[in-house]
Amino acid sequence: MSILVFAEHDNSELKADTLKTVAAAQAIGGDIHLLVAGHNCQAVVDAASKINGVSKVLVADNAAYEHQLAENVSLLVTELAADYSHILATALTTGKNFMPRVAALLDVAQISDIIAVESNDTFVRPIYAGNAIATVQSLDSKKVITVRSTGFDAVATDGNADVVALDKVTDAGTSQHVNDELSVSERPDLGAAGVVISGGRGMQNGENFKLLEGIADKLGAAIGASRAAVDAGFVPNDMQVGQTGKIVAPDLYIAVGISGAIQHLAGMKDSKVIVAINKDPEAPIFQVADYGLVADLFDALPELESKL
Amino acid sequence: MKVLVPIKRVIDYNVKVRVKADNSNVDLANVKMAINPFCEIAVEEAVRLKEAGVATEIIAVSIGDKSCQEQLRTALALGADRAIQIDTDQNLDSINVAKLLQKIVEEEQPQLVILGKQAIDSDNNQTGQMLAALTGMPQGTFASAVKVEGDKVHVTREVDSGLQTIALTLPAIVTTDLRLNEPRYASLPNIMKAKRKPLVVKPAADFGLDLTARTTLIKVTPPAERKAGIIVESIDELVEKLKNEAKVIS
Repeated sequence: MSILVFAEHDNSELKADTLKTVAAAQAIGGDIHLLVAGHNCQAVVDAASKINGVSKVLVADNAAYEHQLAENVSLLVTELAADYSHILATALTTGKNFMPRVAALLDVAQISDIIAVESNDTFVRPIYAGNAIATVQSLDSKKVITVRSTGFDAVATDGNADVVALDKVTDAGTSQHVNDELSVSERPDLGAAGVVISGGRGMQNGENFKLLEGIADKLGAAIGASRAAVDAGFVPNDMQVGQTGKIVAPDLYIAVGISGAIQHLAGMKDSKVIVAINKDPEAPIFQVADYGLVADLFDALPELESKL
Repeated sequence: MKVLVPIKRVIDYNVKVRVKADNSNVDLANVKMAINPFCEIAVEEAVRLKEAGVATEIIAVSIGDKSCQEQLRTALALGADRAIQIDTDQNLDSINVAKLLQKIVEEEQPQLVILGKQAIDSDNNQTGQMLAALTGMPQGTFASAVKVEGDKVHVTREVDSGLQTIALTLPAIVTTDLRLNEPRYASLPNIMKAKRKPLVVKPAADFGLDLTARTTLIKVTPPAERKAGIIVESIDELVEKLKNEAKVIS
């Protein structure tokens, strides 16, 4: 069996989630190749070649792949698919976007968002916003899979894979990139941070999220938000933690002014240690928190910052 | 321009699902069902395009047994012009759903197909992309803004790092994210009017497709319960516990 893993990157940096997706590939078992599709992405290729367990890195470096448009990337992956029994991508917005296209072009089902591997054809995945866990067997000869990275531990990076350049270019010509509005932050990515501090509706407005910043700086934390805070317009959607936002599982998750709706819990309940600060002692967040503090966040946050 | 909106009947998002005792699936007996929230946003977007004079006709389509006519009537009450029920009691994999929708796209020739990005039951996030691949159309997934300009549609997408805008040559597929719009409530006169709008039933078997299941659901279990911890009395105690007991800060 050979497994193709799609590398998650932004042309300059390989995303750490890729190391977890490779771990999922190792759990399936087989010769693992990594595909780097992008443009001017040599730094990514260098990092990719060091991933343990990867024997070969395939590089498609072309302007057609610069923004990883689904139409072009899915054609590329489908062309490569003949050599592989399994095709894996991280269940982030890039993989979620193009992988079902690959599955349809190959006429197979896709198994989305797996959190565990039972065997080479049977996988575990959350359904109903994580309120049920399904074990699903694929009956197709080729498996197209997206991996929820919080389910796997990253592999090491002291490997030395062969790098092979692909010269074939697949440009569907039906879509163009117009522009990006990327959020700029000095802090770590929500998905990769060891500590996440999130604010909810209790923060009252976007300005008050500044109260989280001092604490985040001291802990090297990423800042997140509940859907309620996003819907209320306090902060942008890329900060959203939850079933409809980002799924995180840091070592420490601090929920501030978040009541703990099911949809938020679905995005953070695999965190190792959860702290909740909320003035309502009945808030459901306390039912999942390891440490709860019933307090007004406007008193608690400055005090916490001063004592860290 | 014709807009096709495929919709799914799912458990109401306010209902907490329970797993059956025999772990065969979740228990949907006597549970309130509704139109999938992302699909409702798709209907709303189509209606807004019609109100803006961009769309001329909105066709809602759903796949399932007779009960999904209820959700089609909801879509009609929100502003869809007519509806198609593809009748089956099979629980279809997304690839087979996409194949049935491909047939409807071939019959109706819409310029735009708007779908929810995922259904809140199976959480697959596949059907729109698969339909795009099968029809050869470009796709704009996880849309937070949709603007039709000439023979192109500009779609602003919610991506991990922020927002990305792409331009797609029509006909195209759009899948909706939460912030695309806030769906309206159907008014009583519109609910009454929806009852007289055309709804055609087409048996899935009539499309001549091989709809054999590609996956087997082996079991469904409840998620691991997380136990509530302790309530601390002060910030000092919290910091002490995090340092010395949980050892997550230094």
